[in-house]
Amino acid sequence: MPSTFSEFLNNWGEDIWAATIETFQMVSIALLVSIIIGLPLGILLVMTRPGKGMENKFVYQLLNIFINIIRSIPFIILLFFILPFTKWVVGTSIGVKGVIVPLVVYTAPYIARLMESAILEVDRGVVEAYEAMGIKTRNIIWHVLLRESRSSIILGLTIATIGLIGATAMAGLVGGGGLGDLAYRFGHLRYEADVMYVTVALLIILVQGLQSLGNAAAARLKKD
Amino acid sequence: MIQLENVTKVFSGKKGSIQALDDVSLHVKKGEIFGVIGYSGAGKSTLIRCANLLERPTTGTVKVNGVDLTALSPGKLREARQKIGMIFQGFNLLKTATVYDNVAIPLKLSGLNKQEVKERVEKYLEIVGLEQKHQAYPGELSGGQKQRVAIARALAHEPEVLLCDEATSALDPDTTEAILELLLKINRDLGITILLITHEMNVIQRICDRVAVMEQGQVIEQGTVMELFTTPQKATTKKFIGSVFSHNIPESTLTHLQGNGRIALLSFFGISSGEPALALVSKHFNVFPNILSGSIIQMKQEPYGQLLVHLRGDKEEVEKAIEFLIEKGVQVEGEDHYAVNIQRVS
Repeated sequence: MPSTFSEFLNNWGEDIWAATIETFQMVSIALLVSIIIGLPLGILLVMTRPGKGMENKFVYQLLNIFINIIRSIPFIILLFFILPFTKWVVGTSIGVKGVIVPLVVYTAPYIARLMESAILEVDRGVVEAYEAMGIKTRNIIWHVLLRESRSSIILGLTIATIGLIGATAMAGLVGGGGLGDLAYRFGHLRYEADVMYVTVALLIILVQGLQSLGNAAAARLKKD
Repeated sequence: MIQLENVTKVFSGKKGSIQALDDVSLHVKKGEIFGVIGYSGAGKSTLIRCANLLERPTTGTVKVNGVDLTALSPGKLREARQKIGMIFQGFNLLKTATVYDNVAIPLKLSGLNKQEVKERVEKYLEIVGLEQKHQAYPGELSGGQKQRVAIARALAHEPEVLLCDEATSALDPDTTEAILELLLKINRDLGITILLITHEMNVIQRICDRVAVMEQGQVIEQGTVMELFTTPQKATTKKFIGSVFSHNIPESTLTHLQGNGRIALLSFFGISSGEPALALVSKHFNVFPNILSGSIIQMKQEPYGQLLVHLRGDKEEVEKAIEFLIEKGVQVEGEDHYAVNIQRVS
Protein backbone atom coordinates (compact mmCIF):
# COMPACT_ATOMS: atom_id res chain seq x y z
CA MET A 1 0.00 0.00 0.00
CA PRO A 2 1.48 3.35 -0.98
CA SER A 3 2.22 5.49 2.04
CA THR A 4 1.57 8.89 0.48
CA PHE A 5 -0.73 10.38 -2.08
CA SER A 6 2.16 11.39 -4.37
CA GLU A 7 3.48 7.86 -4.31
CA PHE A 8 0.04 6.62 -5.32
CA LEU A 9 -0.07 9.13 -8.11
CA ASN A 10 3.37 8.03 -9.29
CA ASN A 11 2.26 4.44 -9.40
CA TRP A 12 -1.26 4.85 -10.78
CA GLY A 13 -1.63 8.39 -12.04
CA GLU A 14 -0.93 7.54 -15.63
CA ASP A 15 -3.24 4.55 -15.70
CA ILE A 16 -6.07 6.48 -14.06
CA TRP A 17 -5.61 9.39 -16.43
CA ALA A 18 -5.62 7.09 -19.45
CA ALA A 19 -8.70 5.29 -18.15
CA THR A 20 -10.49 8.60 -17.58
CA ILE A 21 -9.74 9.65 -21.14
CA GLU A 22 -11.03 6.30 -22.42
CA THR A 23 -14.23 6.69 -20.44
CA PHE A 24 -14.73 10.18 -21.83
CA GLN A 25 -14.06 8.93 -25.34
CA MET A 26 -16.50 6.05 -25.10
CA VAL A 27 -19.20 8.14 -23.44
CA SER A 28 -18.93 11.12 -25.77
CA ILE A 29 -18.78 9.18 -29.03
CA ALA A 30 -21.49 6.72 -28.00
CA LEU A 31 -23.66 9.58 -26.70
CA LEU A 32 -23.31 11.58 -29.87
CA VAL A 33 -24.19 8.65 -32.14
CA SER A 34 -27.02 7.63 -29.81
CA ILE A 35 -28.53 11.11 -29.93
CA ILE A 36 -28.27 11.16 -33.71
CA ILE A 37 -30.21 7.89 -33.81
CA GLY A 38 -32.37 8.23 -30.70
CA LEU A 39 -33.74 11.76 -31.10
CA PRO A 40 -35.31 11.17 -34.54
CA LEU A 41 -36.69 7.86 -33.27
CA GLY A 42 -38.23 9.67 -30.31
CA ILE A 43 -39.80 12.23 -32.65
CA LEU A 44 -41.05 9.42 -34.88
CA LEU A 45 -42.57 7.70 -31.84
CA VAL A 46 -44.50 10.86 -31.04
CA MET A 47 -45.52 11.79 -34.56
CA THR A 48 -46.75 8.34 -35.63
CA ARG A 49 -48.77 7.91 -32.44
CA PRO A 50 -52.53 7.52 -32.94
CA GLY A 51 -54.12 10.95 -33.22
CA LYS A 52 -50.87 12.77 -34.05
CA GLY A 53 -49.72 14.51 -37.20
CA MET A 54 -48.23 11.56 -39.08
CA GLU A 55 -50.35 8.82 -37.53
CA ASN A 56 -49.10 5.43 -38.69
CA LYS A 57 -50.07 2.41 -36.64
CA PHE A 58 -47.63 0.10 -38.38
CA VAL A 59 -44.50 2.24 -37.94
CA TYR A 60 -45.49 3.15 -34.41
CA GLN A 61 -46.07 -0.42 -33.26
CA LEU A 62 -42.98 -1.76 -35.03
CA LEU A 63 -40.79 0.88 -33.44
CA ASN A 64 -42.41 0.34 -30.09
CA ILE A 65 -41.78 -3.41 -30.11
CA PHE A 66 -38.26 -3.05 -31.48
CA ILE A 67 -37.28 -0.57 -28.76
CA ASN A 68 -38.86 -2.69 -26.05
CA ILE A 69 -36.99 -5.79 -27.19
CA ILE A 70 -33.60 -4.08 -27.12
CA ARG A 71 -34.36 -2.42 -23.83
CA SER A 72 -35.21 -5.80 -22.27
CA ILE A 73 -31.68 -7.13 -22.75
CA PRO A 74 -29.18 -6.31 -19.98
CA PHE A 75 -26.11 -4.58 -21.34
CA ILE A 76 -23.67 -7.31 -20.31
CA ILE A 77 -25.64 -9.82 -22.41
CA LEU A 78 -26.23 -7.41 -25.28
CA LEU A 79 -22.48 -6.84 -25.44
CA PHE A 80 -21.84 -10.47 -26.39
CA PHE A 81 -25.14 -11.10 -28.12
CA ILE A 82 -24.43 -8.57 -30.87
CA LEU A 83 -20.73 -9.38 -31.32
CA PRO A 84 -21.17 -10.43 -34.98
CA PHE A 85 -23.10 -7.27 -35.68
CA THR A 86 -20.39 -5.17 -34.04
CA LYS A 87 -17.74 -6.85 -36.12
CA TRP A 88 -19.78 -6.28 -39.26
CA VAL A 89 -20.26 -2.56 -38.53
CA VAL A 90 -16.79 -1.47 -37.37
CA GLY A 91 -14.64 -4.44 -38.42
CA THR A 92 -13.59 -5.31 -34.89
CA SER A 93 -15.28 -6.31 -31.69
CA ILE A 94 -12.58 -5.19 -29.26
CA GLY A 95 -11.15 -1.91 -28.04
CA VAL A 96 -12.90 1.44 -27.80
CA LYS A 97 -14.05 1.07 -31.40
CA GLY A 98 -15.56 -2.33 -30.73
CA VAL A 99 -17.39 -1.14 -27.66
CA ILE A 100 -19.02 1.93 -29.24
CA VAL A 101 -21.46 -0.22 -31.23
CA PRO A 102 -23.03 -2.08 -28.29
CA LEU A 103 -23.05 1.15 -26.27
CA VAL A 104 -25.01 2.84 -29.03
CA VAL A 105 -27.36 -0.11 -29.49
CA TYR A 106 -27.96 0.01 -25.75
CA THR A 107 -28.35 3.79 -25.40
CA ALA A 108 -30.12 4.93 -28.58
CA PRO A 109 -33.46 3.21 -27.80
CA TYR A 110 -33.22 4.50 -24.24
CA ILE A 111 -32.75 8.04 -25.55
CA ALA A 112 -35.63 7.51 -27.98
CA ARG A 113 -37.93 6.71 -25.03
CA LEU A 114 -36.66 9.65 -22.99
CA MET A 115 -37.13 12.01 -25.93
CA GLU A 116 -40.59 10.59 -26.56
CA SER A 117 -41.75 11.35 -23.03
CA ALA A 118 -40.12 14.79 -23.11
CA ILE A 119 -41.84 15.74 -26.37
CA LEU A 120 -45.19 14.36 -25.23
CA GLU A 121 -45.18 16.95 -22.46
CA VAL A 122 -45.50 19.76 -25.00
CA ASP A 123 -48.93 21.37 -24.95
CA ARG A 124 -50.99 20.04 -27.86
CA GLY A 125 -52.61 23.46 -28.18
CA VAL A 126 -49.37 25.17 -29.19
CA VAL A 127 -48.86 22.65 -31.98
CA GLU A 128 -52.42 23.30 -33.07
CA ALA A 129 -51.86 27.05 -33.07
CA TYR A 130 -48.88 26.56 -35.38
CA GLU A 131 -50.84 24.24 -37.64
CA ALA A 132 -53.54 26.89 -37.79
CA MET A 133 -50.92 29.42 -38.93
CA GLY A 134 -49.96 27.18 -41.83
CA ILE A 135 -46.50 26.24 -40.52
CA LYS A 136 -44.85 23.17 -42.05
CA THR A 137 -44.67 20.01 -39.94
CA ARG A 138 -40.88 19.90 -39.92
CA ASN A 139 -40.77 23.48 -38.65
CA ILE A 140 -43.31 22.61 -35.97
CA ILE A 141 -41.10 19.70 -34.87
CA TRP A 142 -38.05 21.90 -34.63
CA HIS A 143 -39.47 25.22 -33.44
CA VAL A 144 -42.29 24.00 -31.25
CA LEU A 145 -41.83 20.41 -30.13
CA LEU A 146 -38.07 20.39 -29.58
CA ARG A 147 -37.90 23.97 -28.43
CA GLU A 148 -40.65 23.64 -25.87
CA SER A 149 -39.34 20.33 -24.53
CA ARG A 150 -35.67 21.35 -24.48
CA SER A 151 -35.53 21.48 -20.70
CA SER A 152 -36.90 17.93 -20.39
CA ILE A 153 -34.65 16.83 -23.24
CA ILE A 154 -31.57 18.03 -21.35
CA LEU A 155 -32.68 16.21 -18.20
CA GLY A 156 -33.33 13.07 -20.25
CA LEU A 157 -29.91 13.26 -21.87
CA THR A 158 -28.33 13.67 -18.44
CA ILE A 159 -30.01 10.47 -17.30
CA ALA A 160 -28.91 8.72 -20.50
CA THR A 161 -25.31 9.90 -20.09
CA ILE A 162 -25.11 8.63 -16.54
CA GLY A 163 -26.53 5.29 -17.66
CA LEU A 164 -23.95 5.25 -20.41
CA ILE A 165 -21.11 5.79 -17.92
CA GLY A 166 -22.37 2.77 -16.02
CA ALA A 167 -22.43 0.72 -19.21
CA THR A 168 -18.87 1.68 -20.15
CA ALA A 169 -17.69 0.06 -16.91
CA MET A 170 -18.81 -3.28 -18.32
CA ALA A 171 -17.28 -2.47 -21.66
CA GLY A 172 -13.90 -3.28 -20.14
CA LEU A 173 -14.79 -6.92 -20.68
CA VAL A 174 -14.25 -6.58 -24.41
CA GLY A 175 -11.13 -4.52 -23.95
CA GLY A 176 -12.75 -1.12 -24.10
CA GLY A 177 -10.81 0.15 -21.13
CA GLY A 178 -12.03 3.04 -19.03
CA LEU A 179 -12.45 3.72 -15.33
CA GLY A 180 -14.78 0.83 -14.66
CA ASP A 181 -12.38 -1.58 -16.29
CA LEU A 182 -9.49 -0.17 -14.24
CA ALA A 183 -11.39 -0.60 -11.00
CA TYR A 184 -12.36 -4.14 -11.96
CA ARG A 185 -9.01 -5.39 -13.21
CA PHE A 186 -6.70 -3.81 -10.66
CA GLY A 187 -9.00 -3.09 -7.77
CA HIS A 188 -10.91 -6.36 -7.81
CA LEU A 189 -8.79 -8.94 -9.58
CA ARG A 190 -5.45 -7.74 -8.18
CA TYR A 191 -6.60 -6.60 -4.75
CA GLU A 192 -5.40 -3.00 -5.25
CA ALA A 193 -8.15 -1.55 -3.07
CA ASP A 194 -6.84 2.03 -3.38
CA VAL A 195 -7.28 1.98 -7.14
CA MET A 196 -10.85 0.84 -6.66
CA TYR A 197 -11.56 3.62 -4.14
CA VAL A 198 -10.05 6.30 -6.33
CA THR A 199 -11.87 5.24 -9.48
CA VAL A 200 -15.15 4.95 -7.59
CA ALA A 201 -14.55 8.42 -6.16
CA LEU A 202 -13.83 9.74 -9.65
CA LEU A 203 -17.00 8.16 -11.01
CA ILE A 204 -19.05 9.66 -8.18
CA ILE A 205 -17.62 13.11 -8.88
CA LEU A 206 -18.28 12.66 -12.57
CA VAL A 207 -21.90 11.63 -12.11
CA GLN A 208 -22.60 14.29 -9.49
CA GLY A 209 -21.04 16.93 -11.68
CA LEU A 210 -23.00 15.83 -14.73
CA GLN A 211 -26.31 15.78 -12.89
CA SER A 212 -25.73 19.24 -11.43
CA LEU A 213 -24.76 20.54 -14.84
CA GLY A 214 -27.84 18.96 -16.41
CA ASN A 215 -30.13 20.37 -13.74
CA ALA A 216 -28.65 23.83 -14.06
CA ALA A 217 -28.93 23.81 -17.85
CA ALA A 218 -32.51 22.54 -17.71
CA ALA A 219 -33.45 25.24 -15.20
CA ARG A 220 -31.91 27.93 -17.37
CA LEU A 221 -33.80 26.77 -20.44
CA LYS A 222 -37.11 26.51 -18.63
CA LYS A 223 -38.89 29.84 -18.74
CA ASP A 224 -42.18 29.24 -17.01
CA MET B 1 -66.25 35.68 -46.27
CA ILE B 2 -66.63 32.40 -44.44
CA GLN B 3 -69.16 30.00 -45.86
CA LEU B 4 -69.90 26.69 -44.26
CA GLU B 5 -72.26 24.66 -46.41
CA ASN B 6 -74.03 21.60 -45.04
CA VAL B 7 -71.09 20.73 -42.82
CA THR B 8 -71.32 17.45 -40.96
CA LYS B 9 -68.67 16.07 -38.66
CA VAL B 10 -68.77 12.59 -37.21
CA PHE B 11 -66.15 11.41 -34.76
CA SER B 12 -65.96 7.65 -34.81
CA GLY B 13 -64.36 5.97 -31.87
CA LYS B 14 -64.32 2.52 -30.32
CA LYS B 15 -67.56 3.15 -28.49
CA GLY B 16 -69.49 4.14 -31.58
CA SER B 17 -69.61 7.46 -33.34
CA ILE B 18 -70.59 10.91 -32.20
CA GLN B 19 -72.15 13.42 -34.51
CA ALA B 20 -70.57 16.71 -33.49
CA LEU B 21 -71.97 18.74 -36.38
CA ASP B 22 -75.24 17.98 -38.08
CA ASP B 23 -75.74 19.72 -41.41
CA VAL B 24 -74.56 23.17 -40.35
CA SER B 25 -74.60 26.08 -42.77
CA LEU B 26 -73.25 29.49 -41.84
CA HIS B 27 -72.39 32.58 -43.85
CA VAL B 28 -70.16 35.12 -42.23
CA LYS B 29 -70.14 38.37 -44.18
CA LYS B 30 -67.03 40.39 -44.86
CA GLY B 31 -66.29 42.87 -42.11
CA GLU B 32 -68.75 41.61 -39.53
CA ILE B 33 -68.31 40.00 -36.16
CA PHE B 34 -70.26 36.76 -36.10
CA GLY B 35 -70.80 34.93 -32.85
CA VAL B 36 -71.76 31.34 -32.25
CA ILE B 37 -73.16 30.62 -28.82
CA GLY B 38 -74.02 27.32 -27.22
CA TYR B 39 -73.52 25.24 -24.12
CA SER B 40 -70.51 22.95 -23.92
CA GLY B 41 -70.94 19.93 -26.12
CA ALA B 42 -73.14 21.81 -28.57
CA GLY B 43 -70.51 21.44 -31.28
CA LYS B 44 -69.39 25.05 -31.51
CA SER B 45 -65.74 24.18 -30.91
CA THR B 46 -65.81 21.62 -33.72
CA LEU B 47 -67.54 24.21 -35.88
CA ILE B 48 -64.83 26.85 -35.53
CA ARG B 49 -62.11 24.22 -36.03
CA CYS B 50 -63.80 23.28 -39.28
CA ALA B 51 -63.48 26.87 -40.47
CA ASN B 52 -59.72 26.46 -40.95
CA LEU B 53 -59.84 22.70 -41.34
CA LEU B 54 -58.06 21.91 -38.08
CA GLU B 55 -60.96 19.50 -38.13
CA ARG B 56 -61.85 18.19 -41.57
CA PRO B 57 -65.63 18.00 -42.08
CA THR B 58 -67.01 14.53 -42.81
CA THR B 59 -69.21 16.07 -45.49
CA GLY B 60 -69.88 19.60 -46.67
CA THR B 61 -67.68 22.43 -47.85
CA VAL B 62 -65.85 25.26 -46.15
CA LYS B 63 -65.14 28.37 -48.18
CA VAL B 64 -63.04 31.23 -46.91
CA ASN B 65 -62.84 34.27 -49.16
CA GLY B 66 -64.29 32.22 -52.01
CA VAL B 67 -61.71 29.43 -51.78
CA ASP B 68 -62.97 25.95 -51.00
CA LEU B 69 -60.54 24.79 -48.31
CA THR B 70 -61.75 21.19 -48.45
CA ALA B 71 -60.52 20.91 -52.04
CA LEU B 72 -56.99 22.24 -51.42
CA SER B 73 -53.77 20.23 -51.39
CA PRO B 74 -51.87 20.21 -48.05
CA GLY B 75 -49.43 22.84 -49.35
CA LYS B 76 -52.15 25.14 -50.62
CA LEU B 77 -54.11 24.67 -47.42
CA ARG B 78 -51.07 25.84 -45.43
CA GLU B 79 -50.90 28.95 -47.60
CA ALA B 80 -54.61 29.62 -47.13
CA ARG B 81 -54.31 29.19 -43.37
CA GLN B 82 -51.76 31.98 -43.19
CA LYS B 83 -54.60 34.33 -44.05
CA ILE B 84 -56.84 32.90 -41.34
CA GLY B 85 -55.79 33.96 -37.87
CA MET B 86 -56.89 32.03 -34.81
CA ILE B 87 -56.80 32.66 -31.08
CA PHE B 88 -57.60 30.16 -28.36
CA GLN B 89 -58.93 29.88 -24.83
CA GLY B 90 -55.54 28.58 -23.65
CA PHE B 91 -53.50 31.24 -25.53
CA ASN B 92 -51.11 28.55 -26.87
CA LEU B 93 -47.90 30.54 -26.73
CA LEU B 94 -44.37 29.19 -26.68
CA LYS B 95 -43.35 29.20 -23.02
CA THR B 96 -39.67 29.23 -23.93
CA ALA B 97 -39.86 32.29 -26.17
CA THR B 98 -40.15 35.99 -25.36
CA VAL B 99 -43.19 38.00 -26.35
CA TYR B 100 -41.23 39.32 -29.32
CA ASP B 101 -40.19 35.85 -30.47
CA ASN B 102 -43.66 34.45 -29.99
CA VAL B 103 -44.85 36.83 -32.68
CA ALA B 104 -41.66 36.72 -34.75
CA ILE B 105 -41.04 32.96 -35.03
CA PRO B 106 -44.19 32.09 -37.03
CA LEU B 107 -43.47 35.04 -39.33
CA LYS B 108 -39.91 33.86 -39.96
CA LEU B 109 -41.20 30.36 -40.64
CA SER B 110 -43.66 31.78 -43.15
CA GLY B 111 -40.74 33.15 -45.12
CA LEU B 112 -40.66 36.84 -44.25
CA ASN B 113 -37.25 38.50 -44.16
CA LYS B 114 -35.72 39.90 -41.00
CA GLN B 115 -36.68 43.51 -41.64
CA GLU B 116 -40.31 42.68 -42.44
CA VAL B 117 -40.54 40.47 -39.36
CA LYS B 118 -39.20 43.25 -37.14
CA GLU B 119 -41.58 45.84 -38.57
CA ARG B 120 -44.61 43.63 -38.22
CA VAL B 121 -43.81 42.46 -34.70
CA GLU B 122 -43.35 46.04 -33.54
CA LYS B 123 -46.47 47.24 -35.31
CA TYR B 124 -48.79 44.56 -33.96
CA LEU B 125 -47.39 44.47 -30.44
CA GLU B 126 -48.12 48.17 -30.35
CA ILE B 127 -51.68 47.63 -31.58
CA VAL B 128 -52.36 45.19 -28.75
CA GLY B 129 -50.64 47.51 -26.27
CA LEU B 130 -47.61 45.41 -25.39
CA GLU B 131 -44.83 47.57 -26.80
CA GLN B 132 -43.22 47.62 -23.34
CA LYS B 133 -43.13 43.85 -22.99
CA HIS B 134 -40.98 42.67 -25.93
CA GLN B 135 -38.50 40.80 -23.78
CA ALA B 136 -40.92 39.30 -21.24
CA TYR B 137 -41.68 35.58 -21.19
CA PRO B 138 -45.30 34.36 -21.19
CA GLY B 139 -44.80 33.04 -17.65
CA GLU B 140 -44.35 36.64 -16.49
CA LEU B 141 -47.58 37.88 -18.07
CA SER B 142 -51.19 37.98 -16.89
CA GLY B 143 -53.89 36.03 -18.74
CA GLY B 144 -55.08 39.13 -20.55
CA GLN B 145 -51.56 40.01 -21.65
CA LYS B 146 -51.00 36.47 -22.91
CA GLN B 147 -54.14 36.70 -25.00
CA ARG B 148 -52.87 40.02 -26.37
CA VAL B 149 -49.66 38.32 -27.46
CA ALA B 150 -51.72 35.59 -29.13
CA ILE B 151 -53.81 38.25 -30.89
CA ALA B 152 -50.66 40.05 -32.07
CA ARG B 153 -49.29 36.73 -33.33
CA ALA B 154 -52.48 36.09 -35.28
CA LEU B 155 -52.67 39.64 -36.66
CA ALA B 156 -49.02 39.73 -37.68
CA HIS B 157 -49.84 37.44 -40.60
CA GLU B 158 -52.25 40.19 -41.70
CA PRO B 159 -55.16 37.80 -42.03
CA GLU B 160 -58.55 38.56 -43.55
CA VAL B 161 -60.34 36.51 -40.96
CA LEU B 162 -59.84 35.96 -37.24
CA LEU B 163 -61.25 32.88 -35.53
CA CYS B 164 -61.71 33.17 -31.77
CA ASP B 165 -62.11 29.88 -29.94
CA GLU B 166 -63.53 30.84 -26.51
CA ALA B 167 -60.88 33.56 -26.42
CA THR B 168 -62.19 35.22 -23.28
CA SER B 169 -63.45 32.21 -21.36
CA ALA B 170 -60.32 31.91 -19.23
CA LEU B 171 -60.27 35.60 -18.31
CA ASP B 172 -61.84 37.60 -15.49
CA PRO B 173 -64.68 40.03 -16.32
CA ASP B 174 -62.52 43.18 -16.49
CA THR B 175 -59.93 41.52 -18.70
CA THR B 176 -62.68 40.02 -20.86
CA GLU B 177 -64.06 43.52 -21.36
CA ALA B 178 -60.62 44.83 -22.39
CA ILE B 179 -60.03 41.97 -24.84
CA LEU B 180 -63.49 42.46 -26.35
CA GLU B 181 -62.66 46.16 -26.81
CA LEU B 182 -59.50 45.12 -28.59
CA LEU B 183 -61.40 42.74 -30.88
CA LEU B 184 -63.84 45.52 -31.73
CA LYS B 185 -60.93 47.81 -32.53
CA ILE B 186 -59.32 45.20 -34.76
CA ASN B 187 -62.60 44.66 -36.58
CA ARG B 188 -63.20 48.38 -37.00
CA ASP B 189 -59.70 49.65 -37.79
CA LEU B 190 -58.19 46.72 -39.68
CA GLY B 191 -61.42 45.51 -41.26
CA ILE B 192 -60.83 41.93 -40.18
CA THR B 193 -63.84 39.64 -40.24
CA ILE B 194 -64.25 37.83 -36.93
CA LEU B 195 -65.92 34.50 -36.24
CA LEU B 196 -66.07 33.71 -32.55
CA ILE B 197 -67.55 31.01 -30.39
CA THR B 198 -68.49 31.47 -26.78
CA HIS B 199 -70.83 30.33 -24.06
CA GLU B 200 -71.11 33.80 -22.60
CA MET B 201 -74.02 35.93 -23.76
CA ASN B 202 -72.28 39.15 -22.78
CA VAL B 203 -69.60 38.48 -25.41
CA ILE B 204 -72.28 38.21 -28.09
CA GLN B 205 -74.20 41.22 -26.87
CA ARG B 206 -71.11 43.37 -26.54
CA ILE B 207 -69.38 42.96 -29.90
CA CYS B 208 -71.32 40.76 -32.34
CA ASP B 209 -73.33 41.88 -35.34
CA ARG B 210 -74.93 38.53 -36.00
CA VAL B 211 -75.24 35.40 -33.96
CA ALA B 212 -76.07 31.71 -34.32
CA VAL B 213 -77.28 29.55 -31.47
CA MET B 214 -76.10 25.96 -31.47
CA GLU B 215 -77.52 22.91 -29.80
CA GLN B 216 -76.70 19.25 -30.35
CA GLY B 217 -74.59 19.92 -33.40
CA GLN B 218 -77.18 22.06 -35.13
CA VAL B 219 -77.71 25.76 -35.60
CA ILE B 220 -81.15 26.19 -34.09
CA GLU B 221 -81.50 29.90 -34.60
CA GLN B 222 -79.59 32.72 -36.23
CA GLY B 223 -79.99 36.38 -37.03
CA THR B 224 -78.81 39.78 -35.98
CA VAL B 225 -78.09 40.19 -32.31
CA MET B 226 -81.00 42.61 -32.10
CA GLU B 227 -83.41 40.13 -33.63
CA LEU B 228 -82.29 37.47 -31.24
CA PHE B 229 -82.72 39.69 -28.23
CA THR B 230 -86.11 41.01 -29.24
CA THR B 231 -87.68 37.93 -30.78
CA PRO B 232 -85.98 34.79 -29.53
CA GLN B 233 -87.69 31.65 -30.82
CA LYS B 234 -86.07 28.68 -29.12
CA ALA B 235 -85.95 27.87 -25.42
CA THR B 236 -82.13 27.73 -25.42
CA THR B 237 -81.93 31.20 -26.93
CA LYS B 238 -84.31 32.53 -24.32
CA LYS B 239 -82.19 30.96 -21.61
CA PHE B 240 -79.08 32.68 -22.91
CA ILE B 241 -80.87 36.02 -23.01
CA GLY B 242 -82.21 35.34 -19.54
CA SER B 243 -78.61 35.03 -18.39
CA VAL B 244 -78.17 38.72 -19.17
CA PHE B 245 -81.53 39.88 -17.84
CA SER B 246 -82.74 38.11 -14.79
CA HIS B 247 -86.01 39.41 -13.41
CA ASN B 248 -86.29 37.38 -10.29
CA ILE B 249 -89.58 38.35 -8.75
CA PRO B 250 -91.17 35.98 -6.26
CA GLU B 251 -94.18 34.20 -7.70
CA SER B 252 -96.33 35.32 -4.76
CA THR B 253 -95.61 38.99 -5.42
CA LEU B 254 -96.60 38.53 -9.04
CA THR B 255 -99.92 36.90 -8.20
CA HIS B 256 -100.60 39.56 -5.62
CA LEU B 257 -100.00 42.38 -8.13
CA GLN B 258 -101.82 40.79 -11.03
CA GLY B 259 -105.23 41.43 -9.50
CA ASN B 260 -104.75 45.15 -9.72
CA GLY B 261 -103.68 46.21 -13.22
CA ARG B 262 -101.14 44.18 -15.15
CA ILE B 263 -97.51 43.21 -15.31
CA ALA B 264 -95.62 43.90 -18.51
CA LEU B 265 -92.12 43.43 -19.73
CA LEU B 266 -90.96 46.52 -21.61
CA SER B 267 -87.94 46.36 -23.86
CA PHE B 268 -86.46 49.30 -25.64
CA PHE B 269 -83.58 50.07 -27.94
CA GLY B 270 -81.32 53.02 -28.30
CA ILE B 271 -83.25 56.22 -28.63
CA SER B 272 -86.42 55.15 -26.86
CA SER B 273 -84.34 54.32 -23.81
CA GLY B 274 -83.47 57.99 -23.62
CA GLU B 275 -87.08 59.17 -23.64
CA PRO B 276 -89.02 59.10 -20.41
CA ALA B 277 -91.89 57.11 -21.93
CA LEU B 278 -92.81 55.56 -18.64
CA ALA B 279 -92.97 58.92 -16.92
CA LEU B 280 -95.22 60.18 -19.68
CA VAL B 281 -97.55 57.25 -19.11
CA SER B 282 -98.32 58.33 -15.61
CA LYS B 283 -98.83 61.88 -16.79
CA HIS B 284 -101.20 61.14 -19.69
CA PHE B 285 -103.14 58.23 -18.25
CA ASN B 286 -104.56 57.32 -14.95
CA VAL B 287 -101.97 54.62 -14.52
CA PHE B 288 -99.23 54.23 -11.94
CA PRO B 289 -96.24 52.35 -13.23
CA ASN B 290 -94.17 50.59 -10.65
CA ILE B 291 -90.81 49.20 -11.73
CA LEU B 292 -90.24 45.73 -10.33
CA SER B 293 -86.93 45.05 -11.94
CA GLY B 294 -84.87 46.28 -14.82
CA SER B 295 -81.51 46.66 -16.46
CA ILE B 296 -79.89 48.23 -19.46
CA ILE B 297 -77.03 46.60 -21.33
CA GLN B 298 -74.63 48.10 -23.80
CA MET B 299 -74.93 46.35 -27.15
CA LYS B 300 -72.49 46.87 -29.97
CA GLN B 301 -74.65 49.51 -31.72
CA GLU B 302 -76.86 50.93 -29.01
CA PRO B 303 -78.11 50.29 -25.53
CA TYR B 304 -80.87 47.78 -24.95
CA GLY B 305 -82.98 47.72 -21.83
CA GLN B 306 -85.65 45.64 -20.21
CA LEU B 307 -88.01 46.78 -17.48
CA LEU B 308 -90.50 44.62 -15.67
CA VAL B 309 -93.26 46.95 -14.57
CA HIS B 310 -96.54 46.73 -12.82
CA LEU B 311 -99.08 49.10 -14.35
CA ARG B 312 -101.66 49.82 -11.71
CA GLY B 313 -104.97 51.25 -12.85
CA ASP B 314 -108.25 50.46 -14.61
CA LYS B 315 -108.10 47.89 -17.33
CA GLU B 316 -109.03 50.42 -20.00
CA GLU B 317 -106.45 52.97 -18.93
CA VAL B 318 -103.77 50.31 -18.77
CA GLU B 319 -104.60 49.16 -22.30
CA LYS B 320 -104.31 52.73 -23.52
CA ALA B 321 -101.02 53.19 -21.72
CA ILE B 322 -99.62 50.08 -23.34
CA GLU B 323 -100.69 51.24 -26.75
CA PHE B 324 -98.97 54.54 -26.06
CA LEU B 325 -95.76 52.74 -25.09
CA ILE B 326 -95.84 50.67 -28.28
CA GLU B 327 -96.31 53.87 -30.23
CA LYS B 328 -93.21 55.25 -28.55
CA GLY B 329 -91.21 52.31 -29.88
CA VAL B 330 -91.21 50.27 -26.71
CA GLN B 331 -91.73 46.55 -27.03
CA VAL B 332 -94.33 45.27 -24.63
CA GLU B 333 -94.52 41.64 -23.70
CA GLY B 334 -96.72 39.31 -21.79
CA GLU B 335 -98.32 38.94 -18.46
CA ASP B 336 -95.81 36.56 -17.17
CA HIS B 337 -92.22 36.43 -18.28
CA TYR B 338 -91.75 33.03 -16.69
CA ALA B 339 -93.85 31.39 -19.37
CA VAL B 340 -91.76 29.95 -22.17
CA ASN B 341 -94.10 31.19 -24.86
CA ILE B 342 -94.63 34.80 -24.06
CA GLN B 343 -97.92 36.15 -25.36
CA ARG B 344 -97.37 39.42 -27.13
CA VAL B 345 -99.85 42.02 -25.97
CA SER B 346 -100.09 43.75 -29.31
